[in-house]
Amino acid sequence: MKELLELFCTFAQIGALTFGGGLAMLPMLKHELVDKKEWVTEEELLDYYAIGQCTPGIIAVNTATFVGYKRKGIWGGVLATLGMVFPSLVIISLVASVLSNFMENTYVGHALAGIRAVVCALMLGTVLTLAKKSLVDWICYLIFFGVLILALFSPIPVVLLVLLAAAAGIGIKIFGRKKDKPV
Amino acid sequence: MIYLQLFIEFFKTGLFALGGGLATLPFLMELTERYDWFTKAQLTDMIAVSESTPGPIGVNMATYAGFHTAGIPGAVTATMALVLPSILIIVLIAKFLSGFSENRIVQAVFYGIRPAVAALIASAVFGLFKTSLLLYTESGTLTPAWGIILLALITFVLLNIPRLKKLHPIIFLIFGAVMGILFRL
Repeated sequence: MKELLELFCTFAQIGALTFGGGLAMLPMLKHELVDKKEWVTEEELLDYYAIGQCTPGIIAVNTATFVGYKRKGIWGGVLATLGMVFPSLVIISLVASVLSNFMENTYVGHALAGIRAVVCALMLGTVLTLAKKSLVDWICYLIFFGVLILALFSPIPVVLLVLLAAAAGIGIKIFGRKKDKPV
Repeated sequence: MIYLQLFIEFFKTGLFALGGGLATLPFLMELTERYDWFTKAQLTDMIAVSESTPGPIGVNMATYAGFHTAGIPGAVTATMALVLPSILIIVLIAKFLSGFSENRIVQAVFYGIRPAVAALIASAVFGLFKTSLLLYTESGTLTPAWGIILLALITFVLLNIPRLKKLHPIIFLIFGAVMGILFRL
């Protein structure tokens, strides 16, 4: 019971102190889980991260589930995850309730217009970095532009596009290479 | 009823948003087209809020969307629905699969999905550009909001200056807010 509480509190602290999520969280997780608590080794943490990147869901949440499960089974996984999302729930609910009250104010309106411009710039930067990282060969470019065009101009749902891309990956990597494989 | 809808939609998002972080964005974009839970402009505000508060962005976005739609119970529902697929899948993997990320099929699937996720996020960002950089005039036609476009370009240039690159996004967001008020954007 005490350890479950500790899992919740530790991950709540991580959730409250890390900005940005994803890879930005790795140094913080290492500091807390490897150096301070010694719950996992650095190699295990990197493995969890790798698995987190190839399973659905949010990487930070997946890592929390993994560490919690390793410590205390299913309830450990559940409590670590709840701890991780708890600060977001509180902080965002507060911000959202304040924000909607101020939305009508003229100055807030101007400020939001400026903020949206900055968000556009930030997002453009993120997309470019992401494209640079994930487009490693010409097949990737083909998939990228194919999905981009379908997403922009066709009514195909996002879920279906993700599944199609997964099927393409299997088709190319598993079945496409058979011919030129040495016996 | 709204809670069940929130639960189903965010469960789906949690199940199919691979790669974390902004991977939830295309799904949220899709929600603006199918429900009147929040608008595309509010989604942009949501990103700004998520970038300037702690915690994983995907979770923040779900909380904000849920709160916007149905208050605190909505926020709790959306967030729980978003993380539930993670809990189920990770527990299964931890239990049954070792060497999951080295598996040939898993690697093949991700070979195909990674560029697709980048494309989906890019298309969602196009949508954000449209709502943030174009304005409706009184006669109902769309015109470019030149002031906002200029500010976005200036910020993009600033973001690529090596010394400024490492600054926290919240500093740029505050810069945007100040410019917005000063120039009445």
